[in-house]
Amino acid sequence: MSRPVGALLRGVARYTLLALALAFFALPMLWLASAPFDRNPRVTASLPEFTLENFRRLWENPHAVNSLASSVVLAVGSAVVVVTLSALAAYALSRVRIPGRDGLLYLLLLLSSIVTGTAAMVPVFLLASELGLVDSYSGVVLVLSGGLLPAAIFILKDFTDTVPRSYEESARVFGASPLRVLRDVVVPVVRPGLATVGVWTVAQVWGNFLIPFLLLRSPDKSPAAVVMYTFYTEGGQPDLALISTFSLLYSLPVVLMFLFVSRRYGFRFHGGIKA
Amino acid sequence: MPDIALSRLGKVYPGGVRALDALELHVAEGEFFALLGPSGCGKSTLLRTIAGLETPDAGSVSVGDRDVTALPPGERGLAMVFQDYALFPHMTVEENIAYPLKLRKVARRQRSESAARTAAELGLEDLTSRRPAQLSGGQQQRAALARAVAARPDVLLLDEPLSNLDARLRLEARTFLKKFQRELDVTTVFVTHDQAEALALADRIAVMEDGRIRQVGTPAEVFRRPTSTFVASFIGSTPMNLLPAELAEGAVLAADCRLPLPSGAQGQAAGGGEFVYGIRPEYLRWSASPLPDALAGTVSVVENLGSAQLVTMECAGRTVQVVVSEDHDPAPGEPGWAAPRSDRALIYRDGVLVGAEESRVPA
Amino acid sequence: MAATGSSTEPEEGTAPRAARKPREQDAAGLGARRALAFVAPGLLVVALFLVLPALWTLYLGSTDYRLTGIPAVDPQFVGVDNLTDALGDDGFLNSLWLTLLFVVGSAVLGQAIGGFALAWWMRERTGPLRAVLESLVMLAWILPSSVVAFLWIAYLDRDDGTLNALLHTPGAAWLLDHPMLSLIVFNIWRGTAFSMMLYSAALGNVPRSHLETARLAGAGPLQQLRDVVFPAIRGHVLTNLLLISLWTFNDFTPFLITAGGPDGRSETLPVFIYQTALGSGQLGYGAALSFLMLLINLVVAVVYLRLLGRKRKEERVDEASPARGRQAGAEREVDA
Repeated sequence: MSRPVGALLRGVARYTLLALALAFFALPMLWLASAPFDRNPRVTASLPEFTLENFRRLWENPHAVNSLASSVVLAVGSAVVVVTLSALAAYALSRVRIPGRDGLLYLLLLLSSIVTGTAAMVPVFLLASELGLVDSYSGVVLVLSGGLLPAAIFILKDFTDTVPRSYEESARVFGASPLRVLRDVVVPVVRPGLATVGVWTVAQVWGNFLIPFLLLRSPDKSPAAVVMYTFYTEGGQPDLALISTFSLLYSLPVVLMFLFVSRRYGFRFHGGIKA
Repeated sequence: MPDIALSRLGKVYPGGVRALDALELHVAEGEFFALLGPSGCGKSTLLRTIAGLETPDAGSVSVGDRDVTALPPGERGLAMVFQDYALFPHMTVEENIAYPLKLRKVARRQRSESAARTAAELGLEDLTSRRPAQLSGGQQQRAALARAVAARPDVLLLDEPLSNLDARLRLEARTFLKKFQRELDVTTVFVTHDQAEALALADRIAVMEDGRIRQVGTPAEVFRRPTSTFVASFIGSTPMNLLPAELAEGAVLAADCRLPLPSGAQGQAAGGGEFVYGIRPEYLRWSASPLPDALAGTVSVVENLGSAQLVTMECAGRTVQVVVSEDHDPAPGEPGWAAPRSDRALIYRDGVLVGAEESRVPA
Repeated sequence: MAATGSSTEPEEGTAPRAARKPREQDAAGLGARRALAFVAPGLLVVALFLVLPALWTLYLGSTDYRLTGIPAVDPQFVGVDNLTDALGDDGFLNSLWLTLLFVVGSAVLGQAIGGFALAWWMRERTGPLRAVLESLVMLAWILPSSVVAFLWIAYLDRDDGTLNALLHTPGAAWLLDHPMLSLIVFNIWRGTAFSMMLYSAALGNVPRSHLETARLAGAGPLQQLRDVVFPAIRGHVLTNLLLISLWTFNDFTPFLITAGGPDGRSETLPVFIYQTALGSGQLGYGAALSFLMLLINLVVAVVYLRLLGRKRKEERVDEASPARGRQAGAEREVDA
């Protein structure tokens, strides 16, 4: 008698907990799904009076469109710098005996987890001023790349270490020069690693608020992360239609990239896509 | 189609491991040559040194009449098949096979024709547009071979050519490889840790230990007259019986039995030293009733090998193994006698074959 | 600047068959000179934009440098005054205490325990319910921080927020009355995904046979957790705790939600440093605070690396055991 009752109670408890967990994670996001399509969005999440008007208005807002373009410039620029430099370094570190290599790698990794943007914001700001990099995209790209490179090198070196050396040796026995071996064999073989690091960099830069907030002065250069913040902190009543549609549009690329990476690579570098 | 000559080749790894120790070796034109030895004996290093992937600290490598010691691997006119085949995963079979030709700046059209021809020679004609990952192990091996021979190399190097295949496929691939090498008639050196593979494939075998060559010879020589107890215990699917022995007036005393002196050791056995009597399980004749000049003992284990059986016998505290034909029916606990073929029995003094100088094997 | 993922975990047994001993081989024949040229540009960027700022912090922290005024032109060396000032500054001590609450409450308790619970629940489940929950948790983690910040501002809004509507508590000003609690709950929502994924991976590596052995011996779920699961994933627990602590400690998102207010009641250390150095322009003092923050980061990271190193050593000892030994022998076989 008592056994089925106990099992029933346990089942009820389990599903209640599950429902609470679902609610806890879902509720804050409901608004993002409803407000953009609402003719008259309020702060409360509610069933929308469906419209796409908000998106048209967003398209006409120069700040919004500009900021997304800035985000793309920063993300792509950083990805190019990080992928290129980390690929070169990781390959050399993986294949050629360089004295003190392991120590160097650990030191880099240690530094990159210690010297975070928040802890180093003062000198980063001053450094950018000294180098004339304030209010320039390249300043943001370089500062962000400096922080991402150690982890990128580490990830790619790990990846390259698992690539059998026999590929390169084989090509070399057939008479390929070292640079030819890199072009014909190494780059194609490590391409998934390069793609992963590229996507990871884009995701990191896309969401980063602090560094562009510190270093970019003119509003028309600000990326979406910063513009989003100014939308709801600066001046009077926030325009909820604008904020909600912008949030959705700005979030979409990272969500898509996430889906792509987890489909394609099954999240091998879990935890890698975002810090 | 040239020969290969290695002279006083030496290589020491950081940490003092002597991978190659003043090594001398000559591989004749068109020969199928095996480098055989246990893990870490330096055989892979030797092969890689011939290929130019490792630089020797001393000595020289010549291919034909060219000293190639200082040449990069691509200019030595040789091709190599790696243990894991190293087929480029991003290229199709045809692109893989054509890659060496591409490096030689052969025109695209010609290259593609030539690759297709080579693929057909190896029975890959229906697979040329596939990626390596879509091939079976045996097909991958043939694709790797095709790529290696596509550029008509002077010398072919194979690193553990059969070790990545499963047991069933291995036998088939072995036969194929031997036939292929014969048809191609190219000087071929391969590395293996499997003595059966070396015996089956090679024209000649070099048995290596600790960076040195312990014996070079034809499979028959190495199997029948191993010049050291190391080679004796390494070669043969059931290892040779090695019994501590004493010599007395034309006879050998081993495991408390009196055995005739092996024919190869007649008149050579004078002087001191520690003697070991060696006889392969295959060269012992089994009997369930007493035999003269035989090892006597008690059967402890019988293992069925299919057409024969491997009998383990305890003889005065020593273990002796005998291959027994299916006509006999020994059982554990029963007494047994095993008579050696005296033309196959060997005597070792301090680990070295007595009378080895007489054999045709160069030291 | 971001911390790394868990890719620093030592991975076991992933080396392919053909890999040789750790002996380096310049397989493509690159040569030492070219190798250095490959490494140099990356190192240069890291040196300039990561190492230099760290060292600069040390120097700046010992001056009275300001954003404007005389000290901006001619900063004076004030030695450790800034540091002693900080230790006597109520604002700093307050922010340190709030940061500790934030880290312990949201990361150590919330994310780690919540993440494990989720991973444990999902361990052998499939189906739509699991997929939905997992996607929601992941989504909370991957959305950009300025977006989630506004989502929570809206969610907790005093007059019109969804939470008040659900709880029938109109007018409850969560962000004003309970700013730290709000931030802690927010950060649990935001960051549990990482712990969940890490623990899921870890649980996937616990051999099924071990759990079955325990079950055959009559162990209940809690005993299985205690005797089989936790000993097997100890290393992952450690990695997870230290990483999420480090990230939470350095998180700047609270600035986006409360900007430290009201009255500094949610001013965690990163926010406090920003307000001090760039808000009120005391760059020297702000740098001294940054230096303290770097120091705390360093201590956490060094502890982590040392514990990781000890774990590696234990693993090496393990390899001497017979089962491992056999495996190692098999690998050596291939090598030759």
